[in-house]
Parts: sequence; structure tokens; C-alpha cells
Amino acid sequence: MLKITDLHAQVEDKEILKGINLEVKAGEVHAIMGPNGSGKSTLASVIAGKEEFEVTEGSVALDGEDLEDIAPEERAHKGIFLSFQYPVEIPGVSVTNFMKTAINESRKAKGLDDMPANEMLKMIREKSELLEIDRKFLSRSLNEGFSGGEKKRNEIFQMAMLEPKVAILDETDSGLDIDALRIVANGVNKLKSKDNAVIVITHYQRLLDYIVPDFVHVLYNGRIVKSGGKELAMELEEKGYDWLKQEAAV
Amino acid sequence: MDLKDKLISSFMAFENNVDVDNPVHDVRMEAIKNFEEKGFPSKKEEAWKYTSLNSIQKIDFSIFPKEENTIEYKDVKRYFLHEIDTYKIVFVDGIYSSYLSETTHDGVDICLMSAALTKPMYKPVIDVYFNKVASKEESLTTLNTAFSREGAYIYIPKNKMPKKPIEILHFATGNEAALMLQPRNLIVVEENAEVQIIERHQSLTSNEVLTNSVTEIFAAENGIVDYYKIQNDAPESSLIDNTYINQKGKSVVKVHTFSFGGKLTRNNLNFYQNGEYIDSTMKGVTILGDKQHVDHHTLVHHIEPNCESHQDYKGIYGDGSTGVFNGKIIVDKIAQKTNAFQQNNNILISDKATINTKPQLEIFADDVKCSHGCTIGQLDEDALFYLQSRGIPKKEARALLMYAFANNVLESVRIPELKARINKLIAKKLGVNLGFDL
Repeated sequence: MLKITDLHAQVEDKEILKGINLEVKAGEVHAIMGPNGSGKSTLASVIAGKEEFEVTEGSVALDGEDLEDIAPEERAHKGIFLSFQYPVEIPGVSVTNFMKTAINESRKAKGLDDMPANEMLKMIREKSELLEIDRKFLSRSLNEGFSGGEKKRNEIFQMAMLEPKVAILDETDSGLDIDALRIVANGVNKLKSKDNAVIVITHYQRLLDYIVPDFVHVLYNGRIVKSGGKELAMELEEKGYDWLKQEAAV
Repeated sequence: MDLKDKLISSFMAFENNVDVDNPVHDVRMEAIKNFEEKGFPSKKEEAWKYTSLNSIQKIDFSIFPKEENTIEYKDVKRYFLHEIDTYKIVFVDGIYSSYLSETTHDGVDICLMSAALTKPMYKPVIDVYFNKVASKEESLTTLNTAFSREGAYIYIPKNKMPKKPIEILHFATGNEAALMLQPRNLIVVEENAEVQIIERHQSLTSNEVLTNSVTEIFAAENGIVDYYKIQNDAPESSLIDNTYINQKGKSVVKVHTFSFGGKLTRNNLNFYQNGEYIDSTMKGVTILGDKQHVDHHTLVHHIEPNCESHQDYKGIYGDGSTGVFNGKIIVDKIAQKTNAFQQNNNILISDKATINTKPQLEIFADDVKCSHGCTIGQLDEDALFYLQSRGIPKKEARALLMYAFANNVLESVRIPELKARINKLIAKKLGVNLGFDL
């Protein structure tokens, strides 16, 4: 589904990704872990198409199509979703109106008419229930004055609405208390199917107790230095990253 | 003949048509003398450093329309806030249109300046208020005073509130190749009274229009005035808006200025706080493109203690447009416990657009809170990426961010239908259809 081949990316002449190889198949959950500054968030942004990062070598492909030169919104239309570590506040635009715009822009790109209002409302109701989101919350301005937990929950709500093929969750667990973490993880698990895939980027093993990965990759210094099953996350939790740094240095 | 000479010679003809025995006659004579002495302001004056009236003065404006022109309601309906019932004071080429207007004398006076200046029953009010807060020095204000004859006259007695908002609309038909208009408005809100006013100037063709407007507003104790100025005129129209507000104790006056169009717009907005516990609010959203120019000059004079003033102006400048914000706050020595807040934030969306922003604080009291801030920036790339990553194209994403940037100015608009209308104007100005009413 998503195939990353020898991906090199830089920002302002500083190379951050130094040859990433990763294949994510439909139905899989991948976790990417690694110390601060290893390139995790950069990888997420490059997959979603942030223009600030320049891809100097290699490629990202979705269902066999190279995404090079494809704008972020078109990537979204093709089924890539990024849950942001720091979602942006948009005063004056309600969560509901924002989702209407996002969904209808995506439909427009596919040559479809706007989603009928009743269908949209039904979908909003279903998905907000899934994430235990209060109806009042939906008429508030997007992310404005939201708590850290509300922002993250709202990110997953957007994911539920947009039904992506590949969802990348960038540090979705940061700033969440245990109850919010459970709700968010539960939402992600319910959205998971054999036709989509999830990439979980995290510092800590904590989230992976709830969203159980099929594969765990350790990113260090712009490269994946180790891959394994979910037990690798446990090992990292126990031993930290230093042993891997040493291994990578050899 | 340049415009100044033409105006001065026209004044003689103008005076011949009005009542020379009226006390206003002397006011006009004084005023034209001042204008004759000073003429149009030039860029050499600090207050006009960034706004030039040179090219306007070269245009051969008609000072009076040659004939009375009519327009059909259906052709101008969209400029009215027709979603709700309103009082309407409408002028076509400077002449009152009874056909398009809806005035009243039912407990309040919502009618015409020409009547107020000539009929004995209004004399007590005119004697007390007319030309009492408007500057007798500023040349363009005195030019308007010299030619003051027509405009809106609104008098709200103690404890009264009109049943509905009032719209003041000025249409220019373009039947003159170039027309100069000088409306004069007087608004008096007595103790504990309240009023909502929407003012708009609209040219209906691409012929040149120059409007030099003066509005005097008096708010007595506990009076409330909400004033909305919609400036979205044709690219050949220029507006010089001189608004003077005199507030007494505990009154609340809010002026919102929405500047989306026109060739040259100059807003001189002046607040004088003559009492304690006064609240004065000035808010503005400016969205410009092409070669449009808007200059906001605000003044708040804190004369008494324990008052507040709030200024919040947001500007979005594209293409080769230019903007000016000059916010002057004077706090007299006696005006202790003043709380004066001023904010001017700008986004430049083109390399060719410019904004000059300047706070000007003169504080003579020592126990005051005065804060001011101005910013000039570009759109936040991270925020743009966030919206795009949700499938929203760049153009629409930019528009949403600009809307969000201007949003807090809209929050205080108290007429929902007007707010919806302004939202639509903003969406149109930003060139997007977001699939919902903002």
C-alpha cells in the first residue's frame, strides 16, 4: 500500500532522512519509535507532502503511484492522513464546517457532488460517538481553546470522517491522560480494517499497549536501524535507546 | 481650475440657495474660510504622509449633480441589509430618495439633516450639537461643514431605542462623469438610549466619485451606539470619512469599519471621552487587492479618569495595495486609571503590498494601563500545511486562515444578519467558496 524506498530528505541543506526503506501493507499497524531528533516527525511530514522538506533521493509511493510533486491536499484525496502533534487553531470555523469543507473538497477532486447534508450529519453523529465527542464540541471553533486531549481526540475524529487508506499518528499520545489515551486508541482500533493501514509514531511504548503494532521500527539519525515485532517496543521501554545508538555507530 | 478653487467658487452658488438668516450660515462661512486658508492636506503634513490626494484634486468633479436621478430598488437591493427590517435613509447622488427610504418620527427622529437644519422644531438640538464635536481646524472637515446641507439626522431621546437598526446608504448613479459628495450626519443618543447604525457608500458605475463625509455622534450618560461602516465601493470611488464622537459617562460606543474596496479610503475616527467609566471601541477588518489604498487614522482622547478604549484592526493586503494604521491615544493628566488597548495586525500576501503602522501615545497621567502592539507577517506555513493535509486546496486553505485571522473583529458584530453578510463579503473578497457560510 505505502512503499518508501531509499528516502532522503533535507530541510535548508540539512539532511534529516538518510535512506529510509519501509513497506506498509493493507491491514497492518506499524510503529516507528526513536529518540528525539531522529527524524520521526520529518518522515511523517514528508509522507504527507510538506513542501518545506526537499526529497533529494528515493521515493514514497501509494498503491504503486509515486507521490513526488503531488500537493498535500491531493495526497489527502488519495488517502493519506496525518494526525498532527500540534494541531492548528482556526478561530471562527467550527469543527463541523471544517469537516464539511474537507470532505466536499475531497469529493470534488474525485468528481463527486457535495455530500448531502443529512448524510453528512449522520456521519458526523456516528463518528463523534465513536470518539465519545460531545455534540457541543462540534460547533466550537476548530482547536481553539481545546485542551491537549481534546485536540488529539479531534484529530482522530477527523481521521474517522476522512476514512484514509494510510493514517499516520504523530505523537498522538503526548499530552493525553490515560482515559483520553484509551478513547483515542479505541477509536483507532475500531477504524482499522483489512483495507487500511496505520503508522504510529511515538516515543513511548504506552500507546502500543492499546494500539498493538504488527511491526516496530526504530529510527535513529535518519535511518531505520532496527525492525521487529511488538516485543521490540517492550525491549526499548526496558533498555532505552542507547544500546541501539551504539549498535548503529558500529 | 483646480478642485479647491472650484469648491470655493461653488460655495457662493451654494449659499445663494440656502437660508442666509439661518445661524448655520455663520458656521458655514467660518468653515469655508478655514478651508480656503488651508486647502487640501498635502503629504508634507505628518497625518497625510502616506496618503496623497494629489491625483484626486486633478479630477473635474461636479460639486452638485445637474439633475435628480432615480434608481430602482431591485437594482440596489443587494446593498441593503434586506434580510431584516430596517429604517433606511437613502441618498442618490447626494439627494434624498424618499422612495428608497423609510424614516420615522415615532418616539425617535430618524430623518434628514436638511430638515433638521431648517425646521424650527429641531433648532434646540441643532444649537446644542451641530458642529460641536467636529473639528473647526481640520481642512476637509471644515470643507464638509461649509457645504453641510444633507445627510442623516438621528435623535434618540432618553430611554429610547429604535425598533430596528438604521441603514444610511449613499448611491452614486454615474450620471455625472465625476461627482463629489459631502454628506453630513448628526446622531444624538440621549441618556440610557441606544441605536444601531449601518453606513455604506456605493457607486453604481465606473465613473469617479469622491465622498468627503462628516459624522458627529453624541452619546449621553449610559448611551449605547453600535456603528458599522461597510466600505466596499467600486475601484473608482474614494472616501474620506471623518467621524467625531463625543461620549459622556458610562456610555458605550463601538465603531466597526470593514474596508474591502474603493480606490482610496481615509478614515479619521475620533473619540472624545467627556465623562467617567466610558467604553470606546474601534474595530476594523481591511482586505485589499489591486492598487487599493486604505488609511485608518484613529484618535482616542482620554479626558476623564476611569475610562477604557479598545482598538483592534486587522489588515490583509494583496497585489499592490497599501495600508496605513495610525492610532493616537492621548491620556490627560487627570485621566487616571485609564485602560487603553490598541492592536494592529497585518498580513501581507504579496511582495508588492505595503503597510505603514504607527502607534502614537501621549500619556500625561501616571496610573494608567496602555498597551499597544502591531505586527506585520505572512501566513503561517505550518497552519497552511495542516489544512492542506485535510484535503483543502491551497487557495481555500489560505482563505480559511485569513478568515480566522480576522475573526475576532467579527465576534462583536451584534446584528447576526450583518455578520453573515460581512462573512460573505470576506469570502468573496478572498475569492473562495468554502461550501458553508462562514
